[in-house]
Amino acid sequence: MKKGTLKQILLITDGCSNKGEDPQATAALAYQQGITVNVIGILEDDQTEEPEGLQEVEEIALAGGGVSQLVYKQALSQTVQMVTKQGMTQTLQGFVNTELKQILGEEHTMEDLDPEKRGEIMEVVEDLGETCDLEVLVLIDTSASMHDKLPTVKEALFDLSISLNSRVGRNRFSIYNFPGKRKDIDKVLDWSPKLDSISSVFPKLTSGGITPTGPAIREAMYQFGKKNLLRSFRHNDEQDIENA
Amino acid sequence: MMNKTSKTHDSLLRPGVTILGKWHQNRYVIIRQLGKGAIGSVYLCDANGKKAALKISDKGASMTMEVNVLKSLAKVQGKSLGPSLLDVDDWVTPQGTTFSFYVMEYIRGTSLQAFIKQNGREWIGVFLLQLLSDLEELHEAGWVFGDLKEENLLVSSSPTKVRWIDVGGTTLIGRAIKEYTEFYDRGYWGLGTRKAEPSYDLFALTMVFLSIFYPNKFTKGKNPQVTLLRRLQDVRALEPYRDCLKKAILGKYLTSTEMKQEISMAIHQEQQKHIKANTTRTNKQQHKPLALEVVGFLLVALGYYLSSLLIP
Repeated sequence: MKKGTLKQILLITDGCSNKGEDPQATAALAYQQGITVNVIGILEDDQTEEPEGLQEVEEIALAGGGVSQLVYKQALSQTVQMVTKQGMTQTLQGFVNTELKQILGEEHTMEDLDPEKRGEIMEVVEDLGETCDLEVLVLIDTSASMHDKLPTVKEALFDLSISLNSRVGRNRFSIYNFPGKRKDIDKVLDWSPKLDSISSVFPKLTSGGITPTGPAIREAMYQFGKKNLLRSFRHNDEQDIENA
Repeated sequence: MMNKTSKTHDSLLRPGVTILGKWHQNRYVIIRQLGKGAIGSVYLCDANGKKAALKISDKGASMTMEVNVLKSLAKVQGKSLGPSLLDVDDWVTPQGTTFSFYVMEYIRGTSLQAFIKQNGREWIGVFLLQLLSDLEELHEAGWVFGDLKEENLLVSSSPTKVRWIDVGGTTLIGRAIKEYTEFYDRGYWGLGTRKAEPSYDLFALTMVFLSIFYPNKFTKGKNPQVTLLRRLQDVRALEPYRDCLKKAILGKYLTSTEMKQEISMAIHQEQQKHIKANTTRTNKQQHKPLALEVVGFLLVALGYYLSSLLIP
C-alpha cells in the first residue's frame, strides 16, 4: 500500500491582517487544493482575554480545514506540535468520513457510530497519521510586533522537527515569512527534511509594518504546487491520501 | 493556553448534574471536578452508588485514542497498569451538543511528593522499583508510557503502591510519543528524540523523582545537560541512586530491566551501609555503660580507700 502525503500550512501570527485579500478566502482556496491551514495566534504576556486582532485566527483555520490555538509565547513549542498533529488527525478523519459517507450514506459520520466501531476506525486514522508523509510550510508573520517573539518561534520550530522526525513517515519542512521585502512572502528555508539549519537563517528576518495575511496564504499555496510540478515531471509518483 | 471549547462542558457539569449515556443508557451523577488537562476534564461521579472517575471532552478523536490505549492495556495483562475502563459513551447535552466521555476506576491516593515527605525517603527506592517493574511489563508488551510525570501518579494505600492515573500518552514502541510534558521530555532537554522507546520512559522516570525535590521545577539554562546533572547532584535524598539516575538521564539504559537491577543493587548497598552504621552505633552504646560501670567501681573503691584512711 502506498501512503499519501499530507500538506499543511502552519501560520504563526500575532495580529490581524491589514492588506490584500481576505485571509479566510485564501485559506478556503488552499483547503480546496488539499492543503490544510493551521493557525497559531501568539498572545502578548499581558493579554488575558481574546483580543480583537486575534479573532480571525479561529476563522482562518476553520476556512482552511485546520486547527487553531491562541497561546502565550512560553507555551509555543508544545502548541506548535499539538496543532500540527491535531491538524493531521483532523484531515485524515475527514478522509475517513468521506469514505464512510460513500459506504453508509450521506448522513453518517464517525460520530454516528457507536464507541466500539469508532475505536477501530480511530486506530486506522492513528496508523495513517504515524506513517504518512507530511509537508509543512511554516508561514511566519514578521510584522513589527512579532519582533520579540521570533526567538521563541525559532525554538518552537526546531522542537517541532524533533517531534515530527520521531514519526515513522517522512517529513518535509519549509519556512516563509511575510511581508517579504518586495513580494508578499520571502523564502527563509527551502523544502528540507529537518529544521536543524534554521539557526543560521533565522536572524536575517527583519520586521516590517504591514500584515498581508491573505496574499501570504495564497503565495504559500503555490509553493506546494511548484515543487509538486517539478517532482511530477521527474517521477510522476505524487499520490493523494485517498488512493493510499 | 486558551481554549474556547473547554469552557462549554466545564460550565455545564456542576455537582449534581446527571449524565446519561447515548449508547449504553448508563447514568452518572457528577460529584466534583478532579482535574483538567489538555484533552478534557476528569470528574468524580456516582455510578449506581459506586464512585468512579469520568473523563469528558469535546475532542472526540483524542478521547477515542485514549480509550483504545486503556483497552489494549487491559488486554496486556490482568494487573492494573492504568485505571480499569468501565464504560465508553457519548453525552448529548440538553442544548444538543455531543461530548465523548469514558468512565474508569476511581483511584484514591496521595501525591508522591506528599507521601515521601510524610513517610520518609526510604520510600524513594521502593517506588523506583515499583515503577520500574510496571514499566518493564509495559515495555515487554510493546508500549511506552510517554507522558510519565508526577501529576500522573498517585500512591494508593493498603498495599502502598504507585498507580498510574492517566495513560493518555501511552504509545506503541517505535512511533512518535503521543503526549508529553516539557519538563519530563528528553527532547526538550536536548537529550534524545521523541521516539517511543524504553529509554524515553526511563528519562521521564528520573525527572519524576527530581521534580519531587524541585516542586517549582527549573529551566534548562545554557547547557541543559550540565544543568540537569548539577540539579541531580544537589539532592541528597537521591544520593544512593545517583549513578543509576545519571545513566537514565544520559540514555545509557536500553531496558527498564537493566535499570531495575542496578537500582536494587544500590538499595542493597544502602541497606548494608545502614546495618553497618547501626551495629557500630550499638557497639558504642554498649561501651558507654561499661565505662560508666568502671568509673563507678573506681569511685566506690576510692571512697572505701579514703574512708579507710580516715578511720585510724
